[in-house]
Amino acid sequence: MKSSKKIKDLKKTAQRARCLMTEALICAGCGHPGGAFSSIDVMVVLYFAVMKIDSENPKDENRDRFILSKGHSSVALYTVLYLKGFIDKETLLSFRQDNSCLSGHPDMTKVPGVEMSTGSLGHGLSVGIGLAYAAKMDKKNYRTFVLMGDGETQEGSVWEAAMFASHYKLDNLMAIIDRNKIQIDGFTEDVMSLEPYVSKWRSFGWEVKEISGHDVEKLIPVLNSIPLRKNKPTLIIAHTVKGKGISFMENKVEWHGKALEGKNAEIARNETKA
Amino acid sequence: MPKQCLRIVAGKYLAELAGQNKQIVALEADLKESTQSVNFERNHPDRYIECGIAEQNMVGVAAGLALAGKIPVVHSFACFISMRACEQVRTTVCYPNLNVKFLVTHAGISTGTAGTTHHAIEDIAIMRAIPNMTVIAPGDAKEVCQALDAAMNIDGPVYIRLGAGEAEDIYTDKNKFKVGYATQILDGTDLTIITTGMMMAEGFKVSKMLAHEGIKAGLLQMASIKPIDETAIIKAVKKTKLIITVEEHSALGGLGGAVCEIAAGLGAKVIRIGINDHFCDIGSAACLLEKEGLTAENIFKIIKRNYRA
Repeated sequence: MKSSKKIKDLKKTAQRARCLMTEALICAGCGHPGGAFSSIDVMVVLYFAVMKIDSENPKDENRDRFILSKGHSSVALYTVLYLKGFIDKETLLSFRQDNSCLSGHPDMTKVPGVEMSTGSLGHGLSVGIGLAYAAKMDKKNYRTFVLMGDGETQEGSVWEAAMFASHYKLDNLMAIIDRNKIQIDGFTEDVMSLEPYVSKWRSFGWEVKEISGHDVEKLIPVLNSIPLRKNKPTLIIAHTVKGKGISFMENKVEWHGKALEGKNAEIARNETKA
Repeated sequence: MPKQCLRIVAGKYLAELAGQNKQIVALEADLKESTQSVNFERNHPDRYIECGIAEQNMVGVAAGLALAGKIPVVHSFACFISMRACEQVRTTVCYPNLNVKFLVTHAGISTGTAGTTHHAIEDIAIMRAIPNMTVIAPGDAKEVCQALDAAMNIDGPVYIRLGAGEAEDIYTDKNKFKVGYATQILDGTDLTIITTGMMMAEGFKVSKMLAHEGIKAGLLQMASIKPIDETAIIKAVKKTKLIITVEEHSALGGLGGAVCEIAAGLGAKVIRIGINDHFCDIGSAACLLEKEGLTAENIFKIIKRNYRA
């Protein structure tokens, strides 16, 4: 496929994903829209242009692994899993409803394609490290991707994990941070400042690259660049806009976890039409 | 009776098991001599992962290793796994039912003068409240090895709790540990003593002391605290009416609590002997066991006060 066509298709897929997430969130009447819309472009690029995974062979031991450590953005993961053929549309639209298999935070025992149950912040990076460590032990080539929220990295366990990954030179691991700069109680720099962010990660022994988390074209080579440097774990800081793609939601603190309903639902539907 | 340090027994035996099963890996948080994971390191250095003083990450890494098909055995003190890393144990290991084993040492008050920070008198209560978790507190060398064998045959999380000190050999060749079953050490018709962990030896001594007075006490070792042997408890209640539970743990929520959950409404009198909802004083393990009444002599006294022929 020509690369311009590929990029155009990816952009279309991302738009379609936004449209589907909007529907799922409206049906649910609750959920966490902001971080789902900020991280969907990264997830689309990972699932459609980077990772080796196959819904026909979901347990292939050589598949790349993805862990959504920011489990509250589950609707984005479910949408991508639908688009990849892991779940059907009816299931997707049952998001957060009684007796659905799609909870607000993903459960690996209930949803095909979900590699790890997540939701409590600060857990996913360690799990990704376990997978990456096992790959090294077994001399397997699969890569492990962990997507974290920026607020999530206030958890101390993240830094325990950060130390471990560089100590053991896990260069088959990529952590991506959805740097939308907003958490539940406000802007990260007001709630508990993360800056200087890049130098923190570098001092923990990671190779760091910053990129726009919405620039599909640039994301492809960057997310494919494991390892950025041999013997070092890779960290991608994806600068994003919380609620990206829905005008009233963009960069608004209150849209971390709020129901998409009424007039807002209609505006969101119009703005995300695929 | 000969005594053995259960940590040393477990450390050696795990290294042996890992020789047979290449999927077993060991994780340690800077306590390799204390937990005796050092045996594993010596024998299988390529499958030994030092995690540093970071228990939360260690448990998460173990979860990831389990996802990749490994059988991770996490080592640390009981207090740090059950409390410092509790949420990782509950949410990241037990919720997805991952095949991670926790081999924890220095449980109860066995760290003695180290003080309350290093005691674990709440861990059984915490661990047994978590769905999918199996909780085992073996009491002597044979039971430790059989418990490790059993844990490896479970495809899911297991918490194996060991004290720091030496335990008397109680198991005979006739005794066999099985998950979900009590081990009948002694048969008795007058009352039943139910023990877990290293209290098995105290229970054994008390039974002998009672026998001298013509009281026939049965002794059930309940190393498998979860799942617990409901049938054995119901049988004991029907047979003897007086039940005494003994554990090196809080009297709240541990073995005593678990037994009462089954015995409630069956008309038995259950006396729970454990640590009475307080943090312990400063003292050696022996001194603290004495103070907390976890000795054969004290258990004997309590039984004499409560037993009606």
